[in-house]
Amino acid sequence: MAEFSPTILAFCCNWCSYAGADLAGVSRLQMPPNIHIIRVMCSASVKPEYVLKAISGGVDGVLVLGCHIGDCHYMTGNHRTAKRMPLVQKVLKEVGIDEKRLRLDWVSASEGEKFQKVVTDFVDEVKQLGPNPMRGVKW
Amino acid sequence: MARVGVFVCHCGLNIASTVDIEKVVAYARGLPDVVVAEHNLYSCSEEGLSSIRKSIEKNKLDRVVVAACTPRTHEPLFRKTCELAGVNKYLFEFVNIREHCAWIHIKEPLSATDKAEKLIAMGVAKARLLEPQKETESSVIPTAVVIGGGLTGLTAAASLAAQGIDTHLIEREEKLGGVLGDVEVISPEFSKSGDLIGQLVKELKGSRHAKVHLGAKVVAVSGFIGNFEVTVEGKGKQEKIPAGAIILATGAQEFMPKGEYGFKEMPEVVTQLELERRLASGNVPRRAVFIQCVGSRQPGREYCSRICCNASLKNALRIVRTRPDSRVSIIHRDIMSYGTASERLYREASDRGVVFLRYGLERIPKVVRKKDGVVVEVYDETIDEMVDLDTDLVVLATPMVSREDARDLGKLLKVPLDKYGFFLEAHVKLRPVEFATDGVFIAGSARWPSSVTECMGQGLAAAAKASIPIRRGKVVVEAITASADPDRCAACGNCVIACPYEAIEIVEEHGKRYAKVNETKCKGCGTCVAACPNDAMQQRGFTSQQLSSMIDALIKSTEEET
Repeated sequence: MAEFSPTILAFCCNWCSYAGADLAGVSRLQMPPNIHIIRVMCSASVKPEYVLKAISGGVDGVLVLGCHIGDCHYMTGNHRTAKRMPLVQKVLKEVGIDEKRLRLDWVSASEGEKFQKVVTDFVDEVKQLGPNPMRGVKW
Repeated sequence: MARVGVFVCHCGLNIASTVDIEKVVAYARGLPDVVVAEHNLYSCSEEGLSSIRKSIEKNKLDRVVVAACTPRTHEPLFRKTCELAGVNKYLFEFVNIREHCAWIHIKEPLSATDKAEKLIAMGVAKARLLEPQKETESSVIPTAVVIGGGLTGLTAAASLAAQGIDTHLIEREEKLGGVLGDVEVISPEFSKSGDLIGQLVKELKGSRHAKVHLGAKVVAVSGFIGNFEVTVEGKGKQEKIPAGAIILATGAQEFMPKGEYGFKEMPEVVTQLELERRLASGNVPRRAVFIQCVGSRQPGREYCSRICCNASLKNALRIVRTRPDSRVSIIHRDIMSYGTASERLYREASDRGVVFLRYGLERIPKVVRKKDGVVVEVYDETIDEMVDLDTDLVVLATPMVSREDARDLGKLLKVPLDKYGFFLEAHVKLRPVEFATDGVFIAGSARWPSSVTECMGQGLAAAAKASIPIRRGKVVVEAITASADPDRCAACGNCVIACPYEAIEIVEEHGKRYAKVNETKCKGCGTCVAACPNDAMQQRGFTSQQLSSMIDALIKSTEEET
């Protein structure tokens, strides 16, 4: 059987983490191809519903990346993300989904290497968790 | 039904050497509403752009997807092409298959090709739901406010006033000049700082466009680009100044050592600015030892303050030029005499017998009181020996640190600071002297310790940038702002609290209470969108439907694969 290759969705804020991902690309930092980025202006605009929708639809992991605390382009947007995402993790746990399938981290525009590390680590972790039990479940 | 065109870029071999372009294009053709999928060697070239434009016209496309590099650099270009072809620029969607795919999966061409397909499926899904947007314009108050009356602020204010723009200069002290007021001569040409400041003050006082507020403090700032209101308090009265643009030029201050090297215990140990004051009053020491990097480039304050080496070189030269019998040493960790003019000062100092000794953090110098004066004991790395330097004066070259009220000011202006308390400009290369907050500009040592030349250059740059909206008389607001659907909105006020810009208020119109977004105040972060429990709040270009459709597309393309 082929090795499990997870599908991962990432939300990156336009100003820091998306730019950090760009820098990783420009620097040719290699990482597993499991991650698919949706660009948002601020990590604080990521609705919990998006995460729940992705997970319930079978996406194996969701990564939310924002600017470091204190560096948010919108001043305090990421403070909200920092409070909101742990709550979403609680919800996931509550319904029997491993909360590790959602990860929140901070990557600045100058942290191409950190982006690479976060992605690589997260892909490894989700591989360990195995396929999302919601995969293929039809509502 | 939307008519989507997908244009996949080879970017020469940058994308094409990893991603199978032909396969991706064939895949894109099968996506919903895609009427045409093409590829270009270089989409951003003149040829690529005109081929996209022709295809839009020929195929009557009303949604355009380009799969290429990053929107952060190339989105404006393709948006322009859409406009030229008669398609609203907000009907364009960018898919990044270079930085986020080809370049980071070089050794996995098959997986990279699959991923590119998924990313394009997501982009097309969003594009189908994009809506044309109209950018709004708002008027600009033709007045500028400059905060800080040091060299940078003076330069900026004088430049604005000379352009005929009404300018208010706010200085919290009773006199203008800032830190430079304590500095008699300027490196590297040894001109008098008094002449420079005097000239700028004269220009301002003689201008009918400039008003100087001394002993005045900014206590409140409200509004947004074009329509700020700056509240200034001083001498027991308050004044509200309406302004179109604000320049922040509050500078920095000298770091005061806390007991290091016998500072405050021994009268012979002084800071650089104290030496400046002494030299200005004709009090020139015969023997002096400068210790560089006191309180900088070490854990807790890692940065290089940049101007201290040149200041020490300048003052060492002032001593040796005045007193042939002098003995001056500079103990340093690296001499940063950047720039050709300053490098000449370093050579001159060397030639005139100034001794340079290098120390490391592992063995820092010691200042010791002896019977007949003070001695600096230093371990010289170069000769691997301890050296004792008898001296009359020890000058501690301490870094410039941020003003103690910088954070408060940052909060008033809603602009960010770095971990050292210096203000963060929007982008060092792409948007120098600008803040990410439109209409607010940053210059001088408030941004980072800067030399006289740099302060003036940045002051002029900020004045030029600030004059753009004022001269134009109007500003365009990018159409990524949020708005609430009054029918869904329950007027709960979550968004009002969430908004970092105080752009939302609950209004009552036609008997219905709902959240209304002030479009010019809204910066398009979308924080309110996620705070809305009713899905009433939507950000243009990032609606929940659009983003959900991208998630659906990812799920669907993954299912098809397995």
